[in-house]
Amino acid sequence: MSASLATASTVEQALAQLAAGARPVAGGTDLVVGARQGKAPLPERLVAIHRLAELSEIRESSTEVALGALVSHRRCSESGTVRDRLTALADACAIVGSIATRTTGTLGGNLMNASPAMETGGPLLCFGASVTLRSAAGSRSLGIDELLAGPGRTTAASDELLEAVSVPLPPAGTGSCYARLEYRRQMEIAIAGATAVVTLANGEVTDARIAMTALSPAIGRAGEAEAALIGSGGEPDAIRRAAQALAAAASPISDVRASASYRRAMAVVIGRRAIEAALARARGEWVPVPASTALHGGVR
Amino acid sequence: MKVEAILRINGVAVPVEIEPHWSLLRAVRDAVGLTGAKEGCDDSECGACMMLLDGEPVNSCSYLALQAQDREITTVEGLAAPGELSDLQSSFLEHGAVQCGFCTPGMLISATALLRRTQDPSEEEVRIALAGNLCRCTGYGAIVDAVLATAAGRAADSVP
Ligand SMILES: Cc1cc2nc3c(=O)[nH]c(=O)nc-3n(C[C@H](O)[C@H](O)[C@H](O)COP(=O)(O)OP(=O)(O)OC[C@H]3O[C@@H](n4cnc5c(N)ncnc54)[C@H](O)[C@@H]3O)c2cc1C
Ligand code: FES
Ligand code: FES
Repeated sequence: MSASLATASTVEQALAQLAAGARPVAGGTDLVVGARQGKAPLPERLVAIHRLAELSEIRESSTEVALGALVSHRRCSESGTVRDRLTALADACAIVGSIATRTTGTLGGNLMNASPAMETGGPLLCFGASVTLRSAAGSRSLGIDELLAGPGRTTAASDELLEAVSVPLPPAGTGSCYARLEYRRQMEIAIAGATAVVTLANGEVTDARIAMTALSPAIGRAGEAEAALIGSGGEPDAIRRAAQALAAAASPISDVRASASYRRAMAVVIGRRAIEAALARARGEWVPVPASTALHGGVR
Repeated sequence: MKVEAILRINGVAVPVEIEPHWSLLRAVRDAVGLTGAKEGCDDSECGACMMLLDGEPVNSCSYLALQAQDREITTVEGLAAPGELSDLQSSFLEHGAVQCGFCTPGMLISATALLRRTQDPSEEEVRIALAGNLCRCTGYGAIVDAVLATAAGRAADSVP
């Protein structure tokens, strides 16, 4: 068979192509770049989904935000509701690659590529987001935790198209932050990242969700870290215990970018920064988006 | 097997015959013959291949040419009329922002997009807008100065 690319104008056309064995390409910033780098050759049969208007919408209701799979990192991080209510997701999308990467790369592609270092997974997991997967046979909804199965793996079947990500809006009094360790300010891949989503009522932490990025084979929550915060007043001691619990739950790898022991040591630092910024935002204090840069002390 | 497509480049609709998996960079350089955009890394790291797609920067080495159909493609050749220079291009020359010149087409494209988005960018915003463009020669300072001076020049021109 020779290489082919069909451009879908309707979701049905895309689904028919998937059923016939084609691989979807949205922005191509993982799929095409991976082929250029020699990671995996480009699948022979491709279906371009970038024109599907139904998958490009951001729909807001009083209870949730539904982000179409084709929403770019740039549009997501510029959305007022995402910045105000789902701030950790704005932090994450605002630091993906360069402006060109953020304009071309999509949320759907980020999730389906399922890198353990992907930026949006931690925030979406902590906000309790779910995805809609659709095939010619029908639709189903899956939590982010059920979707992400390991490095580069999801539980979606090859004929399923990710249509949208639904994110419930957290209650009032919630603040959130995604922080990443950065050697440089843009064009970076997470060496260690942490998400914190905390809800305060009368100064007490009533809910806490904490997740790690690039510190385990798939992005996952750290229950012990959450338990260390819940019921506290967000004092330095509680924050320190939570950050240490996050690092203890990590199972980092050593690779060209960092050793496992360095990643674990940095998990404490990044975890602390994410929790502190989330608490500050929950109290109504202003922390710039993206938080990572500011939390590094503005170092160039 | 090659397929026929029409690419709208710098305002002109150009019919091309390309392989379905060719990058936009390869299509524009090899099938159209516009060689302003450069191939540095061929995997989205260096920005030498940067083009505008509907006014926004894209790493053309890693973007499929067929996905650029029905969209407005701008290369460095399209930034000014033939034989002329845009104010940004002149500013690059005045500030010594061009040494070997390999990064220059990509820098100009990224900076053009920035100046359309933001009339009065801070140095910080310029550096972030150019973060996907690598330069091995200049140390970036002159390039950032050239972009800031262009913005300042436009602001001065628009004062009645
Ligand atoms: C220079 C550079 C820097 C980067 N920096 C970062 C970074 O800082 N953080 C980060 O997280 N990522 C980063 N990335 C990775 C990439 O940009 C993101 O993961 C992006 O969101 C991928 O989206 P895409 O639309 O380009 O995906 P594509 O490459 O089009 O697709 C990726 C995968 O998802 C599948 N897919 C896409 N859409 C769907 C869908 N709707 N349904 C089913 N399957 C689908 C494809 O078949 C493919 O397997 C970077 C990439 C580059 C080139
Ligand atoms: S050649 Fe495209 S980014 Fe280097
Ligand atoms: S001038 Fe030589 S790479 Fe920039």
